[in-house]
Amino acid sequence: MANATAVLEVKDFKAEVQPDWCPGCGDFGVLNGLFHACAELGRQPHEVLVVSGIGCSSNLPGFFRSYGVHSLHGRALPFATGAKLANHGLTVIVTGGDGDGYGIGLNHFIQAMRRNIDLTYIVMDNETYGLTTGQVSPTSETGMITKTTPHGNLEGMLNPLALALASGCGYVARGFSGQPKHLLKLYTDAIQHPGFALIDVFSPCVTFNKHNSYEWFRKRLYRLEDTHHDPNDFHAAMDAALEWGEKIPIGLFYRDRNPRPSLHTQDPGLQAGVLVYQPVRVSNEQRRKLVEEFM
Amino acid sequence: MKEPDVIVGIGGAAGDGVASAGNTLALSVARQGQAVYAYNSYQSVIRGGHSWLRMRISAKKPLNQGDQVDALIALNKDTLDRHLQELIVGGVALYNSAKLQPSYEPPQGVQLCPLPVPDLTPAYKELPVMQNTVAVGAVIFLMGLDFTGLESVLESTFAKKPGVVKVNMEAARAGYDYAAVHFKPLSRQLRQTSQHWAMVTGNELLAMGAAFAGCKFYCAYPMSPATHILEWFAAHGKELGVCVRQVEDEISVINMTIGANHMGARGMCATSGGGLALMTEAIGLSGMLETPVVVVNVQRAGPSTGVPTKTEQGDLNQAFGASQGDFPRIIIAPLSIPDCFTTPALAFNVADRYQCPVIILSDLLMSEGNETVDPALLDVEFQIDRGELITAAPGGADGREAAGEPYLRYKDTESGISPRAVPGLPGHVYVAASDEHDEDGVLISDVFTDTVRRKKMADKRSRKMATVLEHLPAPKLEGPVDAEVTLVGWGSTWGVLTEAVERLNREGISASHLQVKFLVPFHATEVSAVLGKSRRVIVVENNQSGQFARHLRAETGIVAHGHIRKYDGEPLEPKHIVAGVKEVLKKGTEVVEVLSTEAGWRTEHPTGTSGDWAGRLVAAASVSTHR
Repeated sequence: MANATAVLEVKDFKAEVQPDWCPGCGDFGVLNGLFHACAELGRQPHEVLVVSGIGCSSNLPGFFRSYGVHSLHGRALPFATGAKLANHGLTVIVTGGDGDGYGIGLNHFIQAMRRNIDLTYIVMDNETYGLTTGQVSPTSETGMITKTTPHGNLEGMLNPLALALASGCGYVARGFSGQPKHLLKLYTDAIQHPGFALIDVFSPCVTFNKHNSYEWFRKRLYRLEDTHHDPNDFHAAMDAALEWGEKIPIGLFYRDRNPRPSLHTQDPGLQAGVLVYQPVRVSNEQRRKLVEEFM
Repeated sequence: MKEPDVIVGIGGAAGDGVASAGNTLALSVARQGQAVYAYNSYQSVIRGGHSWLRMRISAKKPLNQGDQVDALIALNKDTLDRHLQELIVGGVALYNSAKLQPSYEPPQGVQLCPLPVPDLTPAYKELPVMQNTVAVGAVIFLMGLDFTGLESVLESTFAKKPGVVKVNMEAARAGYDYAAVHFKPLSRQLRQTSQHWAMVTGNELLAMGAAFAGCKFYCAYPMSPATHILEWFAAHGKELGVCVRQVEDEISVINMTIGANHMGARGMCATSGGGLALMTEAIGLSGMLETPVVVVNVQRAGPSTGVPTKTEQGDLNQAFGASQGDFPRIIIAPLSIPDCFTTPALAFNVADRYQCPVIILSDLLMSEGNETVDPALLDVEFQIDRGELITAAPGGADGREAAGEPYLRYKDTESGISPRAVPGLPGHVYVAASDEHDEDGVLISDVFTDTVRRKKMADKRSRKMATVLEHLPAPKLEGPVDAEVTLVGWGSTWGVLTEAVERLNREGISASHLQVKFLVPFHATEVSAVLGKSRRVIVVENNQSGQFARHLRAETGIVAHGHIRKYDGEPLEPKHIVAGVKEVLKKGTEVVEVLSTEAGWRTEHPTGTSGDWAGRLVAAASVSTHR
């Protein structure tokens, strides 16, 4: 439904409300990339729904001019799933943080990938709980000292990319908010991917995570696009997803060559088209048939 | 003359075919113009245990399962021993004499009806379940009905398998004929009528009623006793164009349902108490986003896992308090199985109009109970009122707000209701937030403090409730204002209270009845006016602590004179209420607790309770004090 008359620009997606993130927060880069991606893809603001959970990064819909929902902590994916099933004509983008998606919302994350609902899920992964001022997160490194792990994090790190691959996600990518152009390409590909797409974005928290700083990432990150990595190779993707330490890959890890059909194309109740545009009235004939089933 | 009724009890272990024998019997008699009310008391097992289905049959519509047994069909020995003593004088006990014999003498005046099943149907050797068909045939004769109803049910049930029809027909016929020759018919003979009936459960009607009201999205996690709503939708979603999903947990269920509603679809979800607990946070989300949602809670005996296959009205407090903070909500408890059909339409209309969560409180008794309903009452086209929903965009389609006033999703209107634009419309983009927000949706939660706007928005939301009661009919007193006792109930106890009040009046105790369907908001003025004139108010409810009685006091200041409470898992029966009222009148007892007793029933299998045969009152001396 892109409008032929107007070429969209970044400013068309900028809300009047300015982000209140800390100066230097990685989330600015994530938001900025999203402005560019939607403009580039020619989506109208009213054709886009951005759904978030709770956390610093989940404030994003308020800074983005489109339909938006700032839902509950950890519940952005189920909310967005219901929204997409009700109106699959819209582009639905889900944003949030690592605590929101990989902590309290982890079950929904796995289930959303398993059911392959056509959402683009952008996780601003800063390896900490920023809004609550610096507690340990599921992606915090083992041994990391935080307010709630003063003797070091005893637990293992959650690996969202390996989990996504194992859960049947057909588009698995990782970006870095310090590399906006690279991120933009991942966004536009992910939004166009038919089915669930994950982009985990390293988005440094400059206030509460002094460990995983821009510098820390810059020293370690390399792009899979600069290697011989084949994003259609599931096993290579899994190997790359498991790489962590001195070298950490970013880029497109995996794209299913033959993506599974997304849920809305399969649901028997949606075969007539977009749900919200279907007549709500049950015909006399149908009503009678249903009543007769009880006789 | 009083219309005769017959109560048939069918018992066996899970897997013996209690439910299918019951269905066959119920459909057969319904096709002969009989109305039916059936309640199955069962255990949470897939095989074994004890399952006890009571079916009350009459040409006049029964309002509850009754409180006696005229005809017992025992599918195993346990059932025969357990329930034989419950039969009333003139009652009959049918069983396969090739398989079992009673361990005890029957009560005086009870006729044993042994059926030599292997002699009656050769198919028994291969298909032991044929004993059920023989017994159903026999009991139909004993009730005074002809064979045509059963014949037509067997034909339609096995329409695709002519061989199966033949075998069943022969077995049923043999049972019918054998009874005609060997047994004395019941003294109360049913009167055949030409009325057509639909056999339905409350769950089926909640589902179909929602679908007829335009429900396009249904989502649930399997939980007894709400699961059949999901199964009905799953079976019919394709033909009706309803998106039906089973998902990972009730948190996901309600958030998806709110998501679908947010886009403009009518969406409903259902669960039982434990699932409602998980949905709690999102009920507040619906309140804050002002996105409507309809949530059905089919109550079962709690707390925690509780007694999953038993009934209770114990979730009222939970429904009142589900979610933090103050926000408008509407709570409706349908009064009967037929009322389950119309309630979703009403719930959707008020949810859309007031843009808030609506909780429907059903319970196991109503949701899993079977009842005949006049099919004409089900072939209804409901009025659909979407409230102030904006589905078409004026002005340009470039996504920019049309010149003039910008669209304010949360506009501070006089009614408190802000016109709701469906996402996807040009010119109306907004962000809906669970944080406190201003009229334009912009958060005011992150500023230093904004007392004025915070109060303004909270007031806007709460103002919506001012007019809800105009759309909900106030409860009406049945019977004289100056009756000796006024019984007050809520939700599913309507039928049993109606019958108890009739019996009390017949026995010379003048009684009236007030049944409450709308719990929140509450018709405080109307209820106060009625009960203020009552001589003696007795609140009857299916829970331990008197949750409704406390609500009544909070809303009206009226303190009931007496309470009749039951929380043993089984539903109230008319005799419990009659006995309870007498106890209150005679001894001035404040709280009477009634029990479907287990003392006195005879069984070698001391698990599970039987149906009630004594109606014994216990713990009558306990007096509760309200905090």
